[in-house]
Amino acid sequence: MKHLLSINDLSKAEIEAILDRAESFAEVGRRDIKKVPTLRGRTVVTLFYESSTRTSSSFELAAKRLSADLVSVKAVGSSVDKGESLKDTVATLSAYEPAAIVIRHPHAGAAQLVAGWADAAVVNAGDGKHEHPSQALLDVYTLRRRLGPLEGKRIWIVGDVLHSRVARSNLIAFREMGAELTVCGPPALIPRGLAKLGCDVEYSLDRLGEADVVYALRLQRERMRESFIPSIREYAAHFQIDSRRLGRRQLLMHPGPVNRGVELSGEVIDSPQSLISEQVASGLVVRMAILYELLAAGDETPIPAAGDDAGRPTPIGQPA
Amino acid sequence: MSAQQLEMRAGESADLVLRGATVLDPLAGIDAPHDLVVRAGRIAELAAPGEASADGLEQVDATGLHALPAFFDPHVHLRVPGQEHKEDIETGTRAAAAGGFCGILAMANTEPPVSTPADVESLREAARTAASVRTGFLATVTSGMEGEELTEMASLREAGAVGFSDDGLPIRSARLLRRALQYQLLCGGTIALHEEDPELSGSGVMHEGPVSAALGLEGIPSVSESTMIARDAALAGYEGGRIHVQHLSTAESVEAVRTAKTAGVQISCEASPHHLCLTDEEVRSLDPGRFKMNPPLRTESDRQALIEALRDGTIDCVATDHAPHAAEEKEVPFEEAAMGVTGLETAFAALHTHLVLPGTIELGLLIERMAGGAKPFGIERPSLALGSEANIALCDLSAKWTVGEDGYESRSSNSWCAGQELTGRVLMTLAGGQVAYRLRAFSLGVAA
Repeated sequence: MKHLLSINDLSKAEIEAILDRAESFAEVGRRDIKKVPTLRGRTVVTLFYESSTRTSSSFELAAKRLSADLVSVKAVGSSVDKGESLKDTVATLSAYEPAAIVIRHPHAGAAQLVAGWADAAVVNAGDGKHEHPSQALLDVYTLRRRLGPLEGKRIWIVGDVLHSRVARSNLIAFREMGAELTVCGPPALIPRGLAKLGCDVEYSLDRLGEADVVYALRLQRERMRESFIPSIREYAAHFQIDSRRLGRRQLLMHPGPVNRGVELSGEVIDSPQSLISEQVASGLVVRMAILYELLAAGDETPIPAAGDDAGRPTPIGQPA
Repeated sequence: MSAQQLEMRAGESADLVLRGATVLDPLAGIDAPHDLVVRAGRIAELAAPGEASADGLEQVDATGLHALPAFFDPHVHLRVPGQEHKEDIETGTRAAAAGGFCGILAMANTEPPVSTPADVESLREAARTAASVRTGFLATVTSGMEGEELTEMASLREAGAVGFSDDGLPIRSARLLRRALQYQLLCGGTIALHEEDPELSGSGVMHEGPVSAALGLEGIPSVSESTMIARDAALAGYEGGRIHVQHLSTAESVEAVRTAKTAGVQISCEASPHHLCLTDEEVRSLDPGRFKMNPPLRTESDRQALIEALRDGTIDCVATDHAPHAAEEKEVPFEEAAMGVTGLETAFAALHTHLVLPGTIELGLLIERMAGGAKPFGIERPSLALGSEANIALCDLSAKWTVGEDGYESRSSNSWCAGQELTGRVLMTLAGGQVAYRLRAFSLGVAA
């Protein structure tokens, strides 16, 4: 695996290998010293052209836990503000010879372009409304821990599918793992031709009871002004997941950030069926596994066991 | 071909003989090997091979080559004035000549748009020194392409505007188009229409369908084009005006034009090589340099409908919509990239490779449609009949070449078939009675 650009590029076996690796990093996370030396001396650049809390912080922490040197660039306050093109920005950052570039960009295909320009391994941390493969991997990881294999599980993705890169990547990943997918939302927010991706399409929640897992998407409030929906109130009345609609045996997921009282009611967010905070915790170990897979998988260096000296960070000022 | 508004640079008239060329002009009823003699820029003799008297003429060994009526492109963006970093009259017409075109019409969506008689006059003057093929200029329908008020259409015609178009943008207001059609009764000049309802196309960047759903790109629905064609055909029918629909891309649009033609509306239309050869599946590559244009690439069934319409004459002509852009305008993510691809240098070779060689259409039909863009604008079609002005594309139909390998005559390199191997190449073009282009290798005698 040279880059992680699209979840389409991964087979079921490759997805499982990354998730197994993430399991071993979860074990590292339970130690006192949560850091391993795997990427010592190598540089990871995160390049974020859009605001992000979960994705940027978890990639940054993942790089640090793997002992990489980290350069975080945000579009706001950087040369991008001064009109520098993506190509020129990448050329500039490439001068540091990064091992990996993690990029979030508001337009589809940006990560793919960067992969063509830079020598580094490129991770797509979200490109426009196109893909968000690391989110899909962490969601599969989270669900696999709770349910075991996803074969035959029925997953409903509910909400604004049209504008959601998470919906697209998760649909592909869940299907690859053997789940049966239904997408559901107001017709104007379901892209035309989506069923060709291999899912059922529903325009109401009437049959939500069939789902094992309900994956709700964020509704952006400006969609109302663009006439995709008549009003937030009408949307919530028909598509909000609340305790009346969510059955007791059904699991609830959401990529965050949540609009409380819009796509989800407050009580389901905090219910025991909700996996939302587990998703965030999974984000860290799965992103460690992604960086490991891209940068160190060929090295055959096992993750040091607890108590192994090699697992300790080198004290500052001493040779490695 | 000699519409008086078309301009090209003054130069030496051609005196040459194409020895043993297969001369093919379906409309003139010619399809046989000949010695084709050009004297003083006109077709002087069509003799049996080896029979032409050729004293004082340049001899061109054209054995095994085809002499075709040169092509006419009613839809080119020369980018002058204002965007000379993409193209100018010299480079754009050189690209046209290299593609076998003897005449082109330049669109008016420049910076600023061509909206005044002085704009048209200065472009014609520039073409008289820079253009290597006959070049006509359209003026905008609405002043500054703002869609608010009509240009001085009659004065623009007097200044030499071949016709009118706000190409790049639709004419949103039905009232304004109606007024333009009424005014056309006074001043003439076909109105060429970029058909798109911006209320439906929004900020779409590709065809709306399963591929846009998979890529998360905003789609441009087929109906954004066909509903506007239906509206404008109804207006043209009502006012007795003459319209030309630009770059048809969908099956629904073909139906709308067919219906209007059946009803007797004075309507003609064009399709571009990329819409005839490619589908939206190409966009999966997310390569805006080759695959982002407006209208967007559509589905296979749309492509088949276009081909059928090209065959039955619903589509009158091929037009390249040659739209050069600088590299930095294309080396960006798909949604941010400029719309448009170049096409002059590859139109014939691409259509020959993708439609004629597989047997989808006949060579004769392709030649008809490649020259068919003149008539909708009242320009005489290039012909190989005796006595005609020499407008000839000399082609090697079996030559294979890779697009872009030796660079481009155009200033820009955003060709939709960059890197493709095509079969069929223009070796030499005569335009307006002059030699407008020779492939370097051919003139050195190392080709074919």
